[in-house]
Amino acid sequence: MSSKTVESIDRVVIRFAGDSGDGMQLTGDRFTSDTAAMGNDLSTLPNFPAEIRAPQGTLPGVSSFQLHFADHDVLTPGDAPDVLVAMNPAALKANLADVPRGATIIANTDEFGTRNLAKVGYAANPLEDGSLESWHVHGLPLTSMTVEALADFDLTRKEKERAKNMFALGLLSWMYSRPTDATENFLAKKFGSKPEILAANLKALAAGVAYGETTEEFVSAYAVGPAPMPAGTYRNITGNAALALGLVAASHRSGLPLVLGSYPITPASDILHTLSSLKRHGVTTMQAEDEIAGIGMALGASFGGALGVTTTSGPGVALKSETIGLAVSLELPLVIVDVQRGGPSTGLPTKTEQADLLQAMFGRNGESPVPIVAPQTPSDCFDAAMEAVRIATTYRTPVFVLSDGYLANGSEPWLVPEVSSLPALEVEFATEPNGVDAQGNRVFHPYQRDAETLARPWAVPGTAGLEHRIGGIEKADVTGNISYDPDNHDRMTRLRQAKVDGVTVPDLEVDDPSGSARVLMLGWGSTYGPIAAAVRAARKAGHAVARTHLRHLNPFPANLGEVLAAYDRVIVPEMNLGQLALLLRAKYLVDVRSHTAVRGLPFTTTELADVITAAIEELA
Amino acid sequence: MTIDLGMPQLLANGLAGVPALAADAAKQTKKDFTSDQEVRWCPGCGDYVILATVQGFLPELGLKRENVVFVSGIGCSSRFPYYVETYGMHSIHGRAPAIATGLVTARPDLSVWVVTGDGDALSIGGNHLIHAMRRNVNLTILLFNNQIYGLTKGQYSPTSKVGQVTKSTPMGSVDQPFNPVSLALGAEATFVARAMESDRAELTTILKAAAQHRGTALVEIYQNCPIFNDGAFDLIKDRTQQEARLVRLRAGEPVTVGTEEERKVLVRGTDGGLVFVPEAEADPAAYVIHEPGAADPSQAFALSRLDTADMTHVPMGIFRQVERPSYDDLVRAQVDGAQDVAGGPAGDADLDALLRGNDSWTVA
Ligand code: SF4
Repeated sequence: MSSKTVESIDRVVIRFAGDSGDGMQLTGDRFTSDTAAMGNDLSTLPNFPAEIRAPQGTLPGVSSFQLHFADHDVLTPGDAPDVLVAMNPAALKANLADVPRGATIIANTDEFGTRNLAKVGYAANPLEDGSLESWHVHGLPLTSMTVEALADFDLTRKEKERAKNMFALGLLSWMYSRPTDATENFLAKKFGSKPEILAANLKALAAGVAYGETTEEFVSAYAVGPAPMPAGTYRNITGNAALALGLVAASHRSGLPLVLGSYPITPASDILHTLSSLKRHGVTTMQAEDEIAGIGMALGASFGGALGVTTTSGPGVALKSETIGLAVSLELPLVIVDVQRGGPSTGLPTKTEQADLLQAMFGRNGESPVPIVAPQTPSDCFDAAMEAVRIATTYRTPVFVLSDGYLANGSEPWLVPEVSSLPALEVEFATEPNGVDAQGNRVFHPYQRDAETLARPWAVPGTAGLEHRIGGIEKADVTGNISYDPDNHDRMTRLRQAKVDGVTVPDLEVDDPSGSARVLMLGWGSTYGPIAAAVRAARKAGHAVARTHLRHLNPFPANLGEVLAAYDRVIVPEMNLGQLALLLRAKYLVDVRSHTAVRGLPFTTTELADVITAAIEELA
Repeated sequence: MTIDLGMPQLLANGLAGVPALAADAAKQTKKDFTSDQEVRWCPGCGDYVILATVQGFLPELGLKRENVVFVSGIGCSSRFPYYVETYGMHSIHGRAPAIATGLVTARPDLSVWVVTGDGDALSIGGNHLIHAMRRNVNLTILLFNNQIYGLTKGQYSPTSKVGQVTKSTPMGSVDQPFNPVSLALGAEATFVARAMESDRAELTTILKAAAQHRGTALVEIYQNCPIFNDGAFDLIKDRTQQEARLVRLRAGEPVTVGTEEERKVLVRGTDGGLVFVPEAEADPAAYVIHEPGAADPSQAFALSRLDTADMTHVPMGIFRQVERPSYDDLVRAQVDGAQDVAGGPAGDADLDALLRGNDSWTVA
């Protein structure tokens, strides 16, 4: 055990930053797992370039992973790091602006040679020229200490150097009193077939811990106690993983086999990867020739009575639009997952944005309503996926799930539900004729609707006596025959709209503990964490402010209009240029205020807290 | 890295797994496959003949009607599903192969047919068509080729001839057309055939072979559009000219063209290419014998290139018919295999374990 003192703190934000090839995402993931296992609440924010390996040592090649953990409820990955681990000058330069003065910087001095400094435009070594005086800087030769620790290993110098991220992880684990067992197990699995590499990584990890214990550089370690959390089983989970599991759970609860048609696209591909490894759960995945085929396969499977799903990002949605319109017309269940990223066009593939809301809402020809649900945290992607399946199967309609890059890659602890406690998703296929023709014969009418839900029957091929043809051409009400009749088209258009408008959606709940707030913060999707954290900060500062968050973007909850009318000022923060605000203004004639940013990053708590304060002051 | 898929046993028949009509059920007739919808093609359209042939042929398969599905895209030919009393989907332009892939992969108990045209399949849907064939999805694709866009009223298509004057090519088309058979062979198709709408007996024979083929069967059907491209195939329909031009491919036989008196035989020339020579002058040892089952598609491809824009020679029949595991069988085998290894379909406990993952902890 360490002989050094251990200081207790309630929260800390650490950012690991290095070259894309330095293994920062892995280091962050491991630190997160070890932290989750300690019982802290946490939230993470990976931030990496779209290029797989941008030129070494350059600013575009910097990859980082931020982790916020605490002995209390954590809502965001943290505005600013308390500790920056910078594996090279590029990592320091790219991240310094986010690191407040007084914070700690641990820099790998081995990489601060003239060439690397020059690559990012440092004329002098910032670790030595006094420019970092206001920070606590620990310049440590992480690479050479790692190589030295591995002196006895029969590996090339390059291979030894590669273990430096484990040395850094070991050091930080000591610093924040994290156990390393889970990482050791993880390494054993990862390098099982390469014993020498495994041994080297374990040695580097242990050397990092030992260095922390013995060096004079650090006087004390820190401890962050566990956060009080409801009893139960937890795991740490990213949004993409939770979304995949939610789809599998929905398939399980509905009894419909899950069929995914998808095409690789950042940041949605991980859902395809996860689902393709879950064949044991009856999941069929098809990597299609393009985005259009991906959704086509899913829709074909839905026609056959499966749970058809397609996963993509904004550019993919653009390509799938025509098929989504077909699904609206065919009135078949289909789930479209859009993990939003910065746009337009290729935009910012690895950065987050919420700018596909209007695309999901209106991005098709004709009147083509589609229900939309949006998850608000990484683990909430599980529930959002199940909710989308409920709507799709109950109302026989395509449904959008609007996730985003921040939710997709970010992670948090998740209270794992018992399968038996999940909502049952009952689905009934048509088995009998439901109508009578002019001659009095019993016939099947594919567009005869359920009186309550307005859903049409789901009659799957293989059901004798219900043979029928459906298509994208306008159909006659009830019979489904081709119809160009003007009144019929008007009726069918209104019926499709009424069906979506009638989707049951729970009323919006407002968090307004004082009951006297005049300002309402209203968000949707991944802004949940930053908004909730900002509201918490504002209340701590003595302000009364209300908060609510939309899970359903189409249709809106029935009480939304009342909620909006109850406040003097409604502020809608969005990572777009005001898309939800536009919808609210149009629908409710309310002067909502937009607060927007499209920087590819989530809002900070400080920024939103300032917005709240300004609004309150303005009203006063 | 690649691994041996280690599976599955090859299913020989395209209809394996599709429920047959009960032995004591009334025999199906053409009427059973005729829907109550009014057929809306132009008078004299070749599509009528194809529809009648397919409706007349389907009873031969002896399948439960409810297990047959027709999926189409957009175009004149794509109205086809409305007229057949089975399940059907009239989808969107070019996408039928993708939709049908999802359907047949999810439902091995269905006989899935795609009806498409030259514009639908080869222009807007070209990508889906080639990928369906490369994967060898268990589908029968009927490609009605009338060398024109009909439904949009007469623009040139990807099979229109160079120089063809249409509404959108008043000075003649400058586009090199696709040869659908060559394209299919290049796309790794395992069954490729060509038929003519007017030869109902031959079309029926090919449809039967195509339906029974496990994997993608592409059947190009020459179809006359009397409104916008009338007479496109007259040279090979005209009884007096037909014999001199039609090359009827017969498995295991020499490839010939011409009448009894003036027969020519296809031989491999000294340069390796294929040439027709008068039967009397040909060395039987040099005869090209048609082998649709050959693993190497080169000769089938060479036969497809006998086709010329002026229709001097037009090969008809089955160009290629080989066995390769179908995509949907392989996809299902992986899912079934994963479940078998784990001892059956996942139950609540398995899903609970999946949700917890490998790195969970408990808060008391
Ligand atoms: S336009 Fe041509 S192909 Fe279309 S229905 Fe009329 S005749 Fe047939």
